[in-house]
Amino acid sequence: MSMIEIEGLNVWFGHGPDRVDAVRGASFSVARGESFGLVGESGSGKSTILRAITGLAPDWSGRVDIDGQALAGGKRDRAFFRKVQMVFQDPYASLHPRHSVDQVLSETLHLHGIPDIDARVRSLLDDVGLGGRFRFRYPHQLSGGQRQRVAIARALAGEPEILLLDEPTSALDVSVQAEILNLLTDLRAEHGLTYLMVSHDLPVIGHMCDRLAVMKSGEIVEVMDVGALRAMRAEHEYTRDLLAASVAPGPHSA
Amino acid sequence: MSETLTLRQWLLTDEPTSRRHARLASLYKGWLTLRGNTMAMFGLGILVALVLMALFAPLIAPHDPYVQNLGNRLQPLGSPGHPFGTDSLGRDILSRLIYGSRITLYIVTLVALIAPVAGLLVGTVAGYVGGWVDVILMRVTDIFLAFPRLVLALAFVAALGAGIENAVLAISLTAWPPYARMARAETLTIRASDYISAVRLQGASPVRIITRHIWPLCISSLIVRVTLDMAGIILAAAGLGFLGLGAQPPSPEWGAMISEGRRFILDHWWVATMPGLAIFTVSLAFNLLGDGLRDVLDPKEGSQ
Amino acid sequence: MNLLDVENLWVKFPTRQGVVEAVRGISFSLGRERLGIVGESGSGKSMTGRAILRLIRPPGMIEADRIALEGQNLLDLSEKDMRTVRGERISMVMQDPKFSLNPVMRVGDQIMEAYLLHNKVGKAEARKRSLEMLDAVSIRDPERVMRAYPHEVSGGMGQRIMIAMMLIPNPQILIADEPTSALDVSVQRQVLNIMDDLVKQRGMGLIFISHDLNLVSEFCDRVLIMYAGRIVEVCDADKLHQATHPYTRGLLNSLPRLDQPRAKLEVLSRDPAWSEAPSVGGRA
Repeated sequence: MSMIEIEGLNVWFGHGPDRVDAVRGASFSVARGESFGLVGESGSGKSTILRAITGLAPDWSGRVDIDGQALAGGKRDRAFFRKVQMVFQDPYASLHPRHSVDQVLSETLHLHGIPDIDARVRSLLDDVGLGGRFRFRYPHQLSGGQRQRVAIARALAGEPEILLLDEPTSALDVSVQAEILNLLTDLRAEHGLTYLMVSHDLPVIGHMCDRLAVMKSGEIVEVMDVGALRAMRAEHEYTRDLLAASVAPGPHSA
Repeated sequence: MSETLTLRQWLLTDEPTSRRHARLASLYKGWLTLRGNTMAMFGLGILVALVLMALFAPLIAPHDPYVQNLGNRLQPLGSPGHPFGTDSLGRDILSRLIYGSRITLYIVTLVALIAPVAGLLVGTVAGYVGGWVDVILMRVTDIFLAFPRLVLALAFVAALGAGIENAVLAISLTAWPPYARMARAETLTIRASDYISAVRLQGASPVRIITRHIWPLCISSLIVRVTLDMAGIILAAAGLGFLGLGAQPPSPEWGAMISEGRRFILDHWWVATMPGLAIFTVSLAFNLLGDGLRDVLDPKEGSQ
Repeated sequence: MNLLDVENLWVKFPTRQGVVEAVRGISFSLGRERLGIVGESGSGKSMTGRAILRLIRPPGMIEADRIALEGQNLLDLSEKDMRTVRGERISMVMQDPKFSLNPVMRVGDQIMEAYLLHNKVGKAEARKRSLEMLDAVSIRDPERVMRAYPHEVSGGMGQRIMIAMMLIPNPQILIADEPTSALDVSVQRQVLNIMDDLVKQRGMGLIFISHDLNLVSEFCDRVLIMYAGRIVEVCDADKLHQATHPYTRGLLNSLPRLDQPRAKLEVLSRDPAWSEAPSVGGRA
């Protein structure tokens, strides 16, 4: 059975003449334990799909089923947040500047009603490769990669089954990106997670995902598996352009 | 590396080992930033002196501030036993200023407790909840903002009756709207940030988000703003006192003292000038401190 | 003579915990070529670019034996003369066009202002030249763009406008600090191609600062690889993929590649000796 099932999803912002249709008629499904990628350029609506699933973008129509349960509107219950968590793009913006790592994780555990918070915080930090040394630091005392690890630990705190990854490494250096991507690979194997990952970077999606959807100005133009991507067998012209721009070093202009 | 750390190193660490350690370390770093700002330290010094003066007024004051001596009235500056002279009823001006600092501090503290808290509450709720709640709360704020401050305070005092408590209430009622506007503006930016989205995705309630996540970020800029506004609050209190609607005679409130001295200002200028200088000094001190606090507390200005 | 000669450049920031050295004694030269500076965040690459223009804000300090622009040491110049250098001889394109253009002025007015600042001509002439400049950066309907406000143009367009503006005074050197990092991949190459053509046509020197090894190897002649404020390796851009320093190799290998799928990416393990090793000279 599929873990995420999306059909005819429309997402819009604003009302009346100001209405902007960010996503139009998107359909795809993600199997349990699968890693699915959404690729597109800025403004293509790929992140908006994640925000619609989590209820952060409340204006949408269509059908979104999570683990067989249909979602409605912008309200989500506790059970949903136990099951679905999200890692944000910019680790410099996704941590509260006045909360220490300890506060962030303890609060999350408390909200999910998990007992024995002290021991869990320690094991979460170990899980994401940070260790106890980092526990009482504030975000400004951490590097970008360390912050993203904290953000991942926060997402994992409630032991979710689905992780929505919104460009989790685009703000990081390539060497740190490799570490975070490896961490995500390990965590998925350990916890049997389902990933829905958004990125503009085709090689990253190619590395992380089993299948992917290519988006352009709010619409999914192509759904393909990663084998086809690697073999450069894209059906849609736009996908081919993207591939060309991100793989082969372009010809010198002179 | 030696294992023994000096207190300073322990406080300056980037790797705190406990909650208390982390908190102390960030406090200490803030203090060091503030200490580097000479003008702010000057302001802080004056304010500490003011607090000490208010605490130990009976010990410091050379005379009883209420005892009249009509034979000794309107003595000039530097007369024996009365360095700041005496007023129209022969009371020692220096002693009255020292006791007056208690009233000033009392007013300032109460206003500083009431107005920003009310503003914070209204502003963050309006900003976070949005929709018609926002519209109603902000229109109410606008109505308060549309009145000239002193006139509104006058109206309140006239309705409630003259006296220090009512003056404090009136000033607070006129002082909160700017804080509400500021808190709302900050909340709107904070609300859109990823860390608020993240905590919403943990299922946190709006009350929790506002009190635990938004308030700590608004409070620092509020503190700065309040310190900068303190001068205005002291002046408003003095203004009410001057108009006879604040502290009532014979209490040595600084504004009321100016008001009394007004009648002799041409021949006996010091009677009005000395409390005026006191107000000026304290207002300036608050402004200097506020400016320094901005560097410490405001994340937008401070971090480099 | 080299266009630019940098000798033993240090950039230091005093903090409470001691002095932070962002750039630690690097030397390099720039001819009429395209020089890439690559490194990760905190490697000092951006600071190097800013230090050349003396744009490090106090309390930061620039120390160098010399930073010579055609033999003239920029460190000896007064702040006023330095402003002329910044405007007319060395230009800089920053990362995000959104922050470089004035949001409340029409694009056309900004370009014309830049032109009038450097040339004593009439408004009509300035306008004509501005349109030519926009045309040169492949903006199709320059008339419309001239009337637009910065928020009405896309990121790629904004960056091309910035390049047009920076090239108006005909500088000898263009410093581009991550000029395309804020842009989509498909637009990146387009912008870089335009910049590349202009630089070549005019025989300028280009310093291209970036974290993207592939982009740099494609658009530069020579590459300096920076780590912890020092140059760890210098190589020809087309031979970047045969680089020998473990840091460079690590960076190259940590990138996921579509043509070489791997279960795990290679992780760079940093050797403390890298940051201790003396800087490699970057002279041509």
